[in-house]
Amino acid sequence: MTEARHERAPGDRPSREMDASAPSEFLVYTIGLFVAVLLTATSFWAANTTLLWPGGVFLGLAVLAIAQMGIHLVFFLHITSGPESTNNVLALAFGVLIVFVVVAGTMWIVADMNANMMMPSGAPMSMRMQH
Amino acid sequence: MNVAVAIDQIPQDALPSASEAGPAPKRIVVAYGFWIFLLSDIIMFAALFASYAVLVRSTAGGPTGAQLFNQATVAIETACLLVSSYTCGLMSLAVNSRRRLGTYLGALITFALGATFLSLEMREFSNMIAIGATPQRSAFLSAFFTLVGCHGLHVALGLIWLIVMMVQVAVFGFAARVQRRLLCFSLFWHALDIVWVGVFTVVYLMGVSL
Repeated sequence: MTEARHERAPGDRPSREMDASAPSEFLVYTIGLFVAVLLTATSFWAANTTLLWPGGVFLGLAVLAIAQMGIHLVFFLHITSGPESTNNVLALAFGVLIVFVVVAGTMWIVADMNANMMMPSGAPMSMRMQH
Repeated sequence: MNVAVAIDQIPQDALPSASEAGPAPKRIVVAYGFWIFLLSDIIMFAALFASYAVLVRSTAGGPTGAQLFNQATVAIETACLLVSSYTCGLMSLAVNSRRRLGTYLGALITFALGATFLSLEMREFSNMIAIGATPQRSAFLSAFFTLVGCHGLHVALGLIWLIVMMVQVAVFGFAARVQRRLLCFSLFWHALDIVWVGVFTVVYLMGVSL
């Protein structure tokens, strides 16, 4: 069935004629807004509470942000795992890969350089130059 | 009815296989091209995020994020952008079913919320500059103004684009080319909200708990 179809444009919903059991588009956006508000509120609460171990808040905020980005992609941009949005998902996956390489790579390299620069100020210059 | 919906109304057996169907409809080609642009835009933001993360502690004795950021303002900004993303989605529903009033109403609310976001951000920036926290003060502030300012610039351009689109709807009605541009606009606006999720988490929430 899907072989006879073109890809779906990013942002377009599958039409109701194709799948009558699909939820209405209004409902999809509303669910997306509800979940996004919930995740945002949790983020703001986690950043300000003293109830949680501060070391875990950092990781928790990152997880909440990534979850919310996923919610936006699925409910607002209508990215699905269906065969007619394969091209969109592949492009997105490549984008996410590059984003990860840029962010993680930069932080790794700079943190490494920073660690190597941390010589005691009294150390002779020749020793500092080795790094 | 948009093109994608119109295609779905053709009976299944009347359609040739994808390889014989010829080039995809223009709506799909245009939206896919814009999708690629958005991903490259997000990669640019990733570079700004990376430089911010590297420079966040380099305050050079100047004010830190915890001293500068006001969480209440950020919460209102976040709410504005999130709800505007929702109304933008409702606007695209109205566009797809060619409801003129719904389109104008959705665009009006989206614009008002976007403008509120932008004015709050401008006020925040001017308050920071007034107390000497300018981009020249420290590497941290340079990175902050570059990252958040770049997002704000995108929002400002989006607002101008929205006005242009509403003029086009008024003049040309729901022509196919206007619908394609409106689809690209809604992709752009949703992508800006995704970037903002990263901004408020990395800059504001993590900055306060540093």
